[in-house]
Amino acid sequence: MSVTLEPNTEQIKQQKIYQQMGLSDSEFAMVEKILGRTPNYTETGLFSVMWSEHCSYKNSKPVLAKFPTKAPRVLQGPGEGAGIVDIGDGQAVVFKMESHNHPSAIEPYQGAATGVGGIIRDVFSMGARPVALLNSLRFGELTTPRVKYLFEEVVAGIAGYGNCIGIPTVGGEVQFDASYDGNPLVNAMCVGLIDHKDIQKGIASGVGNPVMYVGAKTGRDGIHGATFASEELTESSGDNRPAVQVGDPFMEKLLLEACLELVKSDALIGIQDMGAAGLTSSSAEMASKAGSGIEMDLDHIPQRETGMTAYEMMLSESQERMLIVVKKGREPEIVELFEKYGLDAVTVGKVTDDSTLRLLHKGEVVAEVPVDALAEDAPVYHKPSSVPAYFKEYQLMDNVEPAVEDFGGTLTALLKQPTIASKEWVYDQYDHQVRTSTVVSPGSDAAVIRVRGTNKGLAMTTDCNSRYIYLDPETGGKIAVAEAARNVVVSGAKPLAITDCLNFGNPEKPEIFWQLEKAADGMSEACTILDAPVIGGNVSLYNETNGTAIYPTPTIGLVGLVEDLAHVTTQDAKDAGDLVYLIGESFTEFGGSELQKMVEGRIFGKAPSINLTIEAQRQQQILAAIQKGLVASAHDVAEGGVAVALAEKAFGNGLGLDIALTGSATTALFSESQSRFILTVSPGNASQFEEIVRDARQIGTVTDTGELTIKSEDGDVWINDSVETLRSAWKGAIPCLLKSEV
Amino acid sequence: MKFAVIVFPGSNCDLDMYHAVKDELGEEADYVWHDSTDLSSYDGILLPGGFSYGDYLRCGAIAQSSPVMDEVRKAAEAGKPVLGICNGFQILTEAGILPGVLLRNKNLKFMCRTVSLKVENANTQFTNEYAEGEEIRIPIAHGEGNYYCDDATYEQLKKNNQIVFSYADDFNGSRNNIAGIINERGNVLGMMPHPERAVSDLIGGSDGLSLFKSIVKQWREANVSHA
Repeated sequence: MSVTLEPNTEQIKQQKIYQQMGLSDSEFAMVEKILGRTPNYTETGLFSVMWSEHCSYKNSKPVLAKFPTKAPRVLQGPGEGAGIVDIGDGQAVVFKMESHNHPSAIEPYQGAATGVGGIIRDVFSMGARPVALLNSLRFGELTTPRVKYLFEEVVAGIAGYGNCIGIPTVGGEVQFDASYDGNPLVNAMCVGLIDHKDIQKGIASGVGNPVMYVGAKTGRDGIHGATFASEELTESSGDNRPAVQVGDPFMEKLLLEACLELVKSDALIGIQDMGAAGLTSSSAEMASKAGSGIEMDLDHIPQRETGMTAYEMMLSESQERMLIVVKKGREPEIVELFEKYGLDAVTVGKVTDDSTLRLLHKGEVVAEVPVDALAEDAPVYHKPSSVPAYFKEYQLMDNVEPAVEDFGGTLTALLKQPTIASKEWVYDQYDHQVRTSTVVSPGSDAAVIRVRGTNKGLAMTTDCNSRYIYLDPETGGKIAVAEAARNVVVSGAKPLAITDCLNFGNPEKPEIFWQLEKAADGMSEACTILDAPVIGGNVSLYNETNGTAIYPTPTIGLVGLVEDLAHVTTQDAKDAGDLVYLIGESFTEFGGSELQKMVEGRIFGKAPSINLTIEAQRQQQILAAIQKGLVASAHDVAEGGVAVALAEKAFGNGLGLDIALTGSATTALFSESQSRFILTVSPGNASQFEEIVRDARQIGTVTDTGELTIKSEDGDVWINDSVETLRSAWKGAIPCLLKSEV
Repeated sequence: MKFAVIVFPGSNCDLDMYHAVKDELGEEADYVWHDSTDLSSYDGILLPGGFSYGDYLRCGAIAQSSPVMDEVRKAAEAGKPVLGICNGFQILTEAGILPGVLLRNKNLKFMCRTVSLKVENANTQFTNEYAEGEEIRIPIAHGEGNYYCDDATYEQLKKNNQIVFSYADDFNGSRNNIAGIINERGNVLGMMPHPERAVSDLIGGSDGLSLFKSIVKQWREANVSHA
C-alpha cells in the first residue's frame, strides 16, 4: 500500500507549493494573516479552490456589479444555485446557465455530460423540477479531425446525460470559428418550475442540527477542477484529465427524485449541490450564508476509493452529491427516504456557532478555517484594462460591401456555412420531447414548453454572436441580449430575465479585461432597456490556448413567458397568399457578418450598430400584434441577413416566397443590420397589423410555387431558386462536413 | 379502467404515460414503484420508456428481474392488456415475454424525431381504432431500437400476425422495419415508438391517442359482455 506524504507547513511555504494550487504569493500571505499561522496542506487546498476565479469571481466581481439584477418579479437573483422569477399563480421559473469549457476541451464526452449534470443539480437544489435543457456550443472550424471529434463527443455527452435523466433538450445554438479551435465552449442551461412555497436555500442554520451527505460516493475524480478551470489551456493540459469528473445520469435521476421528495418535508433546513470545489464550497457557503459554522468528521464521508486523504475528499468534484442540513432528530426519516432510491444519506457533521469550518479525520482536527474567509473574503482584483489596437483600427474603417456577383450562389453558400446550416444532426440526438410538454421543438428561434395544468408557456433561447463582440464588445454585448429577446418575442413571449455565461480569455491581459468590461456595459444597458434583469450565471475566464484567446463570448440564456399558448408563433410561413413584411432598415453593415467571413476569410471593421430604444419599441409592437392574433409567422433577421432569413421561413411547409427589396442588392440581401424581423400576415389582418407595427413594410407574398424569388424594386431577378434545393444544401451541410475526410 | 404505470429506477416516460391516459382519456392511473408485489387491482399495465437502471448491463436487463415483473407476468397470463413502450419494450424482450431483442441503432446514435408508422395489424386490442394499413405519425426517441430476431421467430411473427407496427422507412436497422410486436395471445404489445407523446396537437400530433382508446374500448366491451 502506498502512503501519500503531504508536504508540511514549512515545505508549503518554502517551496511555494501553494502556487501549484493556484494561489499567488500575496494571496498566500493573506491566508497566513487570516489564520494567524501558516496553513497546512488541506487548508491551503481549501483556500486555493475557494479563491479560484471559478468559485470567488475575484477578477470579475467589479464587472458583475454592473448588471441590473432586480425587478418586482425576480424572487431570487444571483447568489444561490439558480435565479427564480415569478410567473403568476403561485408558480415560478428557475433557471441558470453554466460553462464546462475546460473539462470539455480535455475529455469532451464527460466534460459536456457533467456540465449538464451540474446545471440540473443547481436547479433542483432550489427545490424546482427541471423541465428543460438548452446549450450553447462553440467549436473551431469543422475541418480538422480534432475539432470534429470534440464536436461529436460533446454532442454525444450532452445527449447521453440529458436523455438518460429524462429532461428534454429543447434548444440551443452551435457556432464555429477558428478562435475556438483548442478551446471549445460548452455552456449548459437548465430551466425548472417550482411552487413559491417550495423554494429552498443553501443555508446551514440551527446550532446542533445535523449536516448530512446524500447521493453518490466521493472518489478521486475532479480534484482541483475549479482551479484547473481558472487557468489557460496549454499543450500539457491533457495531463489534467484526472481533474475532469465522470458523470452518472442514472445516479442523478435517483438523486433528483429523492431531493424533490425531500423538499416537501419540513425536516429540511438547507440544501446545496456539491458542484465546483465539492464538499468545501457547499459546507463553507452554507455556513457563511447562515452566519454559522460547520464541523464535519471526514471518516463518515461515503468513499468510493480506499485511503483517501482529507485534502482529496474536500477537493474532489465527484458528481451527483448534495449536502443538506436537517432538523435534529429527523435523520432516520431522511435515511429512509434516500434508501428507497438506493442512495447514501449519512450524517457527517453538525452546525456550530463559531463561524468555523472544522474538519476531523481519523480523530484529529485536520483543518480549522473561518467560513467567511473561504466563502466571502477572497481578494477582489480591479484589473487594468486597455483598449486593444485592433479595436482602434477597426473603428476607423468605412463600412463596405464584400464583392458579390452571383447572389443565388452566395445564398446557397451561406446556407452551407456551419454556423447557419441546419443543426438537425445535433438535436436529432437529443430527446427533446420527453415530459410531453414541448410545444415548439429545436430549430426555431426559441423553444416553447407548456406549463402543465395552465394555459401558459415558457419560451427560451441561448444566443451570442461573438464576432460582433470581438469587433466591438459594447455594441456586441447589446446585440447579444437584444437578439435573445428578439427570439423569444417572435415566439410569442415577453422576456422575463436572463442568465449568462461570460466566456473570455485571460483577464490578466488588459485588452481581454477591457473586452469583459465593455461587453458587460453593453449587456447591462440592453438588459435595462429591454427589461430583462440578470438573475444568475457564471464566469469562465482563461479561455486561451497557448496564449491565444477565444472571441469574447458572453452567452445569453433568456426565458420569456407566453401568457396564452394561443400566442405561440413559429418562423415557418403558413399559407400561400399571406403578406410578407420586413421590419427595420438594411444598412451597409458587414463587420463580423457571415458574408464577410465567407468572402474575405476573416472579420474586421465595425460591428453592426444598434439603437436599443428602437429595438424595444419594435419588440413591444410585434409582441402586441402576435398577442392580438394578427401574425401568421415571425422570424428575426440574424446571421446571413434577409436572404437567409427568407429561406429559413420557406423551409417548413413546401411554400414559396415572392419578394422585392429596395437598395443595393448585396446590402438588401446579406447585411446583418440589427433590430430587423420578417413576419407573414394574412391579408385580412394587414391593416390592423400595420397600425400596430409602425415600421413594417410589405416586401412580398407567400406563394405555393416552392420557389424563393427575390427581385429588385425594378424587377431585376437577384435570386430565383427552388426552396427544396436550398433546403437540402442547408440540411446536408453539417453531416457532409463530418463525413468528409481531411 | 384503471392503469398501473410501472416506475423502475431510471424510468422517465412514466409521467407522459400517466398523463396520456389520465388527462387525454380521463381514465384512472397510478404510479407503481418497481418493488410492488400486487397488481391485481389494475385492469391494464403500462411499462414506460426511459433508462431503467441507467441501461447498465443491457437495456432492460436489470429491470426485468425487479419484483414487480412477476406480477406483470401474472397479469399477462391473466389476459390483461400489457403495453411496453421503448424501454418498456426492451424490458419485455429481456423478460422473455416478447420474442427478439433490441440492438443499437445502425448509426450507433440516439435518434429523436417523428416518423411514419404503418399499422400492420388493426385487429388487436391495441389497434382496433386504427385502419389496417393506415399510416400514422409517431415520435421515436431511442438509441437501441434496432429490432432483431432469428428467421424462425420472424416466420412465426409473420404467420401469427404479431407484427403490429412497422416503420415506413428504415432508419434504425430493424429487421423488416419492425416497430412493434404483440404476443401470440394478443394482450402484450411492445413497441419502440412513443404513442404517449402523440396525444395532443399542442405537442405535435395526436395519432397515438387511438392506441390508448383501443385498449379502453376493448376493455369496456369485454367487461360489458361478461357482466
